[in-house]
Amino acid sequence: MGWFIKKQQPVAKPEPREDIWIQCPSCKAHIFKDEWEKDLKVCKECNYHERLTWKERVDILLDPKSFKEIASRISFNDPLKFSDAKGSYASKAAENRGKTGLNESIVTGTGKLHGVRVTVAVMDFRFLGGSLASGTGEKFLQAGMFALKHKQPFIVFSASGGARMHEGIISLMQMPKTCAVLARLREAKVPYISVMTDPTTGGVSASYAMVGDIHIAEPRALIGFAGRRVIEETIKQKLPDSFQTAEYLLAHGFVDIIVARKDMKDTLHRLMKYCSR
Amino acid sequence: MTNLDFEKPVSDIESRIADLKQMHPSPSSEIEAEIRKLKEDQIANLKRIYADLTPWQTVQVARHPDRPLIRDFIAGVCSEFIELHGDRLFGDDQGMIGGFATIGKHRVVLIGHQKGRTLEEKIKCNFGQACPEGYRKALRLMKLAEKYHLPVVSLIDTPGAFPGADAEERGQAEAIARNLMEMAALHTPIVVIITGEGGSGGAIGIGVGDTILMLSHAVYSVISPEGCASILWRDGTKAAEAANALKITAKSLLSLKVIDEIIPEPVGGAHRDYPSTMKVVGKSIERHLDKLSHTSTHKIVKRRFEKFAAMGRFK
Ligand SMILES: [Zn+2]
Repeated sequence: MGWFIKKQQPVAKPEPREDIWIQCPSCKAHIFKDEWEKDLKVCKECNYHERLTWKERVDILLDPKSFKEIASRISFNDPLKFSDAKGSYASKAAENRGKTGLNESIVTGTGKLHGVRVTVAVMDFRFLGGSLASGTGEKFLQAGMFALKHKQPFIVFSASGGARMHEGIISLMQMPKTCAVLARLREAKVPYISVMTDPTTGGVSASYAMVGDIHIAEPRALIGFAGRRVIEETIKQKLPDSFQTAEYLLAHGFVDIIVARKDMKDTLHRLMKYCSR
Repeated sequence: MTNLDFEKPVSDIESRIADLKQMHPSPSSEIEAEIRKLKEDQIANLKRIYADLTPWQTVQVARHPDRPLIRDFIAGVCSEFIELHGDRLFGDDQGMIGGFATIGKHRVVLIGHQKGRTLEEKIKCNFGQACPEGYRKALRLMKLAEKYHLPVVSLIDTPGAFPGADAEERGQAEAIARNLMEMAALHTPIVVIITGEGGSGGAIGIGVGDTILMLSHAVYSVISPEGCASILWRDGTKAAEAANALKITAKSLLSLKVIDEIIPEPVGGAHRDYPSTMKVVGKSIERHLDKLSHTSTHKIVKRRFEKFAAMGRFK
């Protein structure tokens, strides 16, 4: 757990003009930038759903101007005073904040989805690989408590490489912490919908992402517990490309529905109609 | 007894004692005195070495081939154990075992990882790496405990959950996740003891409790030091540095408030003295079960939530 997933780097070839073309990170097809944006960053060639920033996600999901952030000031700390070969965690995280404008790997808030008030937590992979740490867990907890208090459906979009090593055991403890608040939602019959996007792995898949009333996955998202390399070393075999994909999880009974990005909002809305009392 | 690298002074004394005994099948009082002296020396050395183990050395002790395993704790701590098998869904994982047990005057449900002692056993148990059916077996037994209001005693000793393709196929992530949520809300007391290796998600999958105890030379970590070193140092041999950075020893975890109490091991580690280890572990479990038995279940579950909700250091 805790490994980071590197995005596949585009193959170095004579580059078409970057102002017009986008290269799909998955199939490397060149796609018009306008079209790419219009398709919500989904590749029309291979159906790869590109990772979104929290803002892009919220814009697609919620009614315009309805989003209000919860626990926005909570930020990473450095409980272990952790340093590795490349320097301190504190400076790495600060640098990440500078680049992304994020305090943590998750943004939490409340808003309206086709008029229905919902609480959302959206992970952003740009912040240290969407890793789960203290700040992430606390924001999740506070959002969960908000949903509980206001009896709003809680919708969580996961995008994470797993627990953040730099906060050691404290990161691991965010798994029971987040699941504890979900147990409370369950008790109060407040709906909890987990949406797994690319990637949802390690400690996030083994905690809140996998205990939803409903499990949704985006097409072709990587979802799994252990890393592919670790598994291949364990079983001394190459794994097929289809392993640990959204489609694989659907086939094995761990995902309810695979929903294309363009249909996400409507689908969530339809589902929620059945999940209110 | 397998001695570790850093125990060299102790091994040297041990071999000198052995030599003396061999050379003097019927030792004079002088030789006996020398042996006595050497034994005192040995204990002094063990005390000195074990008082100041580095985190990486602690990992070696926690993984020691002679370290007591779950079957040893059951034999040494429980006056009765009735093993219950299977998850009622798929199979009977040997990497996780459990059943009804009696500890002192307490009837409990005991669950825990099983590493196995012989190579054959180890292979059967996946070296203590439980599969989804192991976590589901543990959950089934915990639900049974809840039904009869028996406390749960959970013994943790695993390098991590099994990272196999079949484990993924059967939902390793879901199995662990479900346990986290169910344990958070389980209406019966839960006492957790990290006896050896507390390996990441595989450990926390049975690690949510009201009282978290840890043997003094056990370790508990989000990732193995080797794994962390190979990712963050890009060099698996930097495990000692990673072990330092990750703060995985009982002392560190107590100060981080992740565990509640350290169970002190006998001089030279649990593997050198099973009877003393069992005694101190048994007493500790009993004391905490006594304490929890005086608290209402409602309060216990509420406090458990508050305990885990408070975990984290953020700004
Ligand atoms: Zn593509």
